[in-house]
Amino acid sequence: MQITVTVNGVTYTHDVEPRLLLVHYLRDVLNLTGTHIGCDTSQCGACTVLLNGKAVKSCTLFAVQADGAEITTIEGLARDGQLHPVQEGFWEKHGLQCGYCTPGMIMTAVDFLQRNPNPTEEEIRHAIEGNLCRCTGYQNIVRAIQYAAEKMRSGS
Amino acid sequence: MAVTKLFGAAIKRREDPRLITGRGNFTDHIRLPGTLVMAIKRSPHAHARIVRIDTSKARAMRGVVAVYTGQDLVDKLAPVPCAWLIPDSDLKLTPYRAVAVDKVRYVGDAVAVVVAEDRYVAQDAVEAIDVEYEVLPAVVDQEKAMEPGAPQLYDEIPNNLAFHWKLHVGDFDAVWNEAEVRLSRRLINHRLIPTAMEPRGALAAYNPGSGELTIWCTSQNPHVHRLLLSAVTGLPETRIRVIATDVGGGFGSKIPMYAGEMIAAAISRDLGRPIKWIETRQENYVATIHGRDHIQYVDIAARRDGTITGVRVRAYANMGAYLSTAAPGVPTWLFGLMLQGAYAIPVIHCDVYGVLTNTTPTDAYRGAGRPEATYLLERMIDILARELGMDPAEIRRKNFIPKDRFPYTTPTGLQYDSGDYEATLNRALELVDYANLRRQQAELRQQGRYIGIGFSTYVEVCGLAPSQAAGAMGFQGGLWESATVRVHPTGKVTVFTGSNPHGQGEETTFAQLVADELGVPFEDVEIIHGDTEMVPFGMGTYGSRSTAVGGAALVAACRKVKEKAQRIAAHLLEVSPEDLAFENGRFFVKGAPDRGMTFQEVALQAYLAWKLPRDIEPGLEATHFWDPVNNTFPFGCHICVVEVDPETGKVDFLKYVAVDDVGNVINPMIVDGQVHGGIAQGLAQAVYEYAAYDANGQLLSASLMDYAIPKASMLPSFTVDRTVTPTPVNPMGVKGAGETGTIASTPAVVNAVIDALAPFGIEHIDMPLTPERIWRAVRERSS
Repeated sequence: MQITVTVNGVTYTHDVEPRLLLVHYLRDVLNLTGTHIGCDTSQCGACTVLLNGKAVKSCTLFAVQADGAEITTIEGLARDGQLHPVQEGFWEKHGLQCGYCTPGMIMTAVDFLQRNPNPTEEEIRHAIEGNLCRCTGYQNIVRAIQYAAEKMRSGS
Repeated sequence: MAVTKLFGAAIKRREDPRLITGRGNFTDHIRLPGTLVMAIKRSPHAHARIVRIDTSKARAMRGVVAVYTGQDLVDKLAPVPCAWLIPDSDLKLTPYRAVAVDKVRYVGDAVAVVVAEDRYVAQDAVEAIDVEYEVLPAVVDQEKAMEPGAPQLYDEIPNNLAFHWKLHVGDFDAVWNEAEVRLSRRLINHRLIPTAMEPRGALAAYNPGSGELTIWCTSQNPHVHRLLLSAVTGLPETRIRVIATDVGGGFGSKIPMYAGEMIAAAISRDLGRPIKWIETRQENYVATIHGRDHIQYVDIAARRDGTITGVRVRAYANMGAYLSTAAPGVPTWLFGLMLQGAYAIPVIHCDVYGVLTNTTPTDAYRGAGRPEATYLLERMIDILARELGMDPAEIRRKNFIPKDRFPYTTPTGLQYDSGDYEATLNRALELVDYANLRRQQAELRQQGRYIGIGFSTYVEVCGLAPSQAAGAMGFQGGLWESATVRVHPTGKVTVFTGSNPHGQGEETTFAQLVADELGVPFEDVEIIHGDTEMVPFGMGTYGSRSTAVGGAALVAACRKVKEKAQRIAAHLLEVSPEDLAFENGRFFVKGAPDRGMTFQEVALQAYLAWKLPRDIEPGLEATHFWDPVNNTFPFGCHICVVEVDPETGKVDFLKYVAVDDVGNVINPMIVDGQVHGGIAQGLAQAVYEYAAYDANGQLLSASLMDYAIPKASMLPSFTVDRTVTPTPVNPMGVKGAGETGTIASTPAVVNAVIDALAPFGIEHIDMPLTPERIWRAVRERSS
């Protein structure tokens, strides 16, 4: 089937198998390997991307379902060499260790902060429940998202 | 130019820019033209004879390039060896084939392999392979596996007993007979699954022209994997290059040699094409090692004043179906040697039975043996305190090895390098406001609310050393680490380290060390790891050894470089080397600071070599293989405060305080992160995680839906603090920080929950302390 998607501002048209998962399309067809795969049951969230601005697990969608959509992956988050505040927060607050869950975690946080610009710690912990991290114990991820929230509020 | 000392600075990690922008270099990101995808057909049975394998349908599928059975690979891959041959234990080895030939011994054992043009086709072809099994009775429990009449995994290993390891120090019977208090308990330290977020995988590329194999794989120790790949493939080490630059967590699970990586290598060699294999999470759960899984019978002898006089342990360690690479050392040396913990216990008797069962092999999982010892001791000391009506803090204080007795030789023969155990206890008591907390606990109990306070005052052994000790323990490797420090003509520095960090941040901390040593800017130091073609040799990253051992190697190499640079500078400045001082990256004549040369100027002269005397070689680099004189022994006190709802069995975390002493700290931000993550994993063992098998050997928790690694909402924030007692073992005075949290936290959490439930007369519940288990225990006591 033919699909047309816009990923990180670039429009692509490809013939894909109907059963091709979106995450495999991004990684194997577009070579955007920043979107990771950590499970096969949609639990870990490592593959989270923004689909029309909303965080989705790209292992849970077929590529054909993204036909006509705008997708942002971790590679498209920084603009003009300027890190997104959430990326900056993860760096500042040591919100990552091995970095494998990080792209998905960041994309989820970006979506969340759009909807809740001034979250409590509890709200943050709830918001990232669909993203698993095995290294950090989440404490510094929470701090990273708080950092980003503050920065985004003061910037707007 | 003044250079600030970086040792001790919370510098942001230089690993992060690539990882937060999606530009990491993980194994599955590597693309080579012509790559075929490999998938493995795995046994659905825990124990079965392979009667027949029909691969014809799979072979006929479009896009399938080849299918291999175990028989097809017999000549291409030697059996997988075990690398920790513990002596004096009647060890029975279980060499096994990467792909089973006659018999499968656990659910997940490989039975056939497909290579195809595409991952979807490969998976379809795996499904199309038809295997006929003669199913055999299975055994999953280690005690049952030793009983007469139990299913036998190997004809040549009676009672499934792989080894019986003993460590008897002192006369336990005598102290037991004399004891004023005797306690005997059975404790279960259940099985866990490491669950690194990046599954394992490999991209193997054999070049038929040069005869070289390059393999990118998820490895904590690339050189060790090169050595083992050489052993199983028959290719010389000089023809194998292992690359593992970014690895998505390991926790011990990426130390061993596994089937997938070696099969990919063999097939790439066979077909002359690159082969990529990436496991699914479900495969990761059945075919990557598990951890822990002990049944322990513990006897504690003590006096009425709380002094512990002896510990006797009989432990049954579930080894799974095969002895994994380092597996025999984990429940023996790494467990038995630490059974005195932080306490001056004179008599230790330990017997460990390593038992084979129809389950996934176990091996080193974060902490590896030390959590099993720490949990046992910390749990028993709480039970003893309650028996004697003593405060759990005070009974620990009573038994601590006092700080004036370091270095302290334990009855098990270790030499604890340095310690002040009481200081960490005192600091933690202060941070939780202990006296107040106990008052609050008593008041709340009046209102029918149950809070509990749990302690863990641990000591652990890490940065294992020296190599002589490794030999005595039967470990088939050295325990040193290597570093090469190469100074370029411009004075920029490349460091090649044998450590292979995969989240621990040594690209940053090692650069801090080098910048300080050589007085060069942090930005001028490049850290290279994870490539056997670049690094001389490396033992890798595990056992909290990278900074204490790998860091020491690079400091030693830096000092060799500096010594040579000083000789060159002295020659050029026409003074003798001892007349020179070195500060802030500059050599200068003592008493005449204007006469000097920067490190960068010396580096250039070292390469120009126009003015070097004949007895100084051109160039400026040095390699050091650092073999420490001893292990390091981090310690600390963790206190966990919980509230338990007896109606529902739910545990709420009110406070968690960790006071650790890991010696000097190079980057406190990174050490805090290690402690957080370590606590999270140990806490999760206490209340969430459990690798459950049914009686037939089916892993019931074989996905992230069923195995409860904690989500953000399931963990509290941790309060971490430190005391600093440097170790004399290395020039930096650093100990390890990677496993302390995991080792300490499990008993702190369990002790807290049990303390909360004391009014119900509950003295112990085996982990994990799920709401159901707590609720049942409360009901049992209340009815």
